[in-house]
Amino acid sequence: MKSVIAEHLVKTYRKGEVVALNDLSLDVEEGTVLGVLGPNGAGKTTTVRILATLLKPDSGHATVAGIDVIKNPDKVRELIGLSGQYAAVDETLTGWDNLVMFGRLYHLGRQPSIDRANELLERFDLTEAARRPIKTYSGGMRRRLDLAASLIVKPKILFLDEPTTGLDPRGRQDMWGVIQDLVKGGVTLLLTTQYLEEADQLADEIAVIDRGTVIARGTSDALKKQVGGERLEITVENADVAAAQEIVARVSGHSTHLDLRTISAPVQTGSVALMETLRALDDAKIHPLDIGLKRPSLDDVFLSLTGHIAEETVVEPAKKKRGGKK
Amino acid sequence: MKFAISDVITITKRQLLQLVRVPEVLVFSTIQPVMFVLLFRFVFGGSIASGQPGGYVQLLMPGIFVQTVAFTLASTAIGLAEDMKKGLIDRFRSLPISRGAVIIGRTFGDALLNILVLVVMATAGFAVGWRPTSGILKTSLAFLFLFVFGYALSWIGILVGLSVKEARTVQSVGFLVTFPLTFLSNAFAPTTGMPRALQYFAEWNPVSTMVAACRQLFGLKNQFGATANSWPSQHPLQTSLLYMVVLMVVFIPLSIRKYKNFSS
Repeated sequence: MKSVIAEHLVKTYRKGEVVALNDLSLDVEEGTVLGVLGPNGAGKTTTVRILATLLKPDSGHATVAGIDVIKNPDKVRELIGLSGQYAAVDETLTGWDNLVMFGRLYHLGRQPSIDRANELLERFDLTEAARRPIKTYSGGMRRRLDLAASLIVKPKILFLDEPTTGLDPRGRQDMWGVIQDLVKGGVTLLLTTQYLEEADQLADEIAVIDRGTVIARGTSDALKKQVGGERLEITVENADVAAAQEIVARVSGHSTHLDLRTISAPVQTGSVALMETLRALDDAKIHPLDIGLKRPSLDDVFLSLTGHIAEETVVEPAKKKRGGKK
Repeated sequence: MKFAISDVITITKRQLLQLVRVPEVLVFSTIQPVMFVLLFRFVFGGSIASGQPGGYVQLLMPGIFVQTVAFTLASTAIGLAEDMKKGLIDRFRSLPISRGAVIIGRTFGDALLNILVLVVMATAGFAVGWRPTSGILKTSLAFLFLFVFGYALSWIGILVGLSVKEARTVQSVGFLVTFPLTFLSNAFAPTTGMPRALQYFAEWNPVSTMVAACRQLFGLKNQFGATANSWPSQHPLQTSLLYMVVLMVVFIPLSIRKYKNFSS
């Protein structure tokens, strides 16, 4: 069953001058994670805001748990959790204050709100900071608290809009751990990110979006295959480069690429080719410094799908769109 | 409906909790009016011949009360704009809470803060010689007027906050609106000394009618406001009441509609 369905969403700002979403369609299978991957200004946040009932599309249709987000937003709000790019909590209040307040706003009773707040603080390792104003929290702590606030009623469907943007590597790792635990618990998750590695780590399926529309969709593996198969990559001593190049060329059946002492060539047979190469090298008494199969990164995927590198698109259109969102 | 009330209470409580967690806000929102009381009382008070028994401070206090509650417009707008900027309003909107609870809660919170501020100011005024002479009933009625006036203005603040969105701009807009309104009035000096055109403005200015109404309710002759036979200066209570009703009838639905249709 599809927990989230978006069909042909269109959203423009400034009377059509800025197109945020251009016929975007996607869906998320129940209990899975869809990673929506794209550069700044691609339409990720707009998509999430529409699905979370915060924004009405100009046209198109969307359902969450089978409920129309445009016709029946209140019903949808009871079912979803949303955690955005900024920690959307009251910074002057303590973590505990915030969670209790949100519990009350979800219409839990007073004591259940308090119990749930304590439980979530404990779970997200914030118990010690519970009585401090959010202002004093680190970026990672704020995000965790923000996420906790979206989990108060144990939503089955969760939207996370760039949950790790702006976090340091440590904070990002922590957040990934927290998200992975949630997924194990069975939530359906739509996660947006501009980090290719993040989508690779967390998502069952990835939708790559660019300029307001989905340009590719599939598992991380499938997307990588779409871009091209694996490459054999081997690094040897300078003296061995010529001989090794010959071996690699023979195994792969393609011409090789040489970068300093690193030889690479496309291979179809994966690990078989790797073994074959190793055996041949051993026979020739060549000891590789490094050898392995390299699969294309999601960066490669993006480049080959869009013809431009993810980060480079940021400059102009993104700024315009960000202005349009306000 | 039961939830709607509890939602409003939760949001209001949040604002009061902010005052507990960051008491500086309360300190600074009361220091300014108290400072005004002291400045006007001791800097100008000596040189302004009020002709009132009890001196200038009797005329001054109603003026400062009204000015202070008028600033509710700005503080409501700023608070709302800040919440929006931080994404808090988005989060509230993603919750299954009743429409309007967020802004109604905010106006209640600001109204409660106003009560605190008025108490502090009245105390400061009393300390420097302000003495209402009309009895407890009329004095209380004056404070009720002030409270409701502030509440009505805070609904304009909601609309301003939702429209302008940027807290710093909101602050400027707030001051731009409230400063001329409070000074182009009878709050600190008689309107009789102003150019003719300004006089008309000042006499119809809701701040003036409020100040005049309070002076009347505190038991003063309504002299700072009265020039010629203009209707508002003759009937400050009625005019003020009319203003408050009109403001609320216009701005409450407008603000709630703006909030419901609001999508950033």
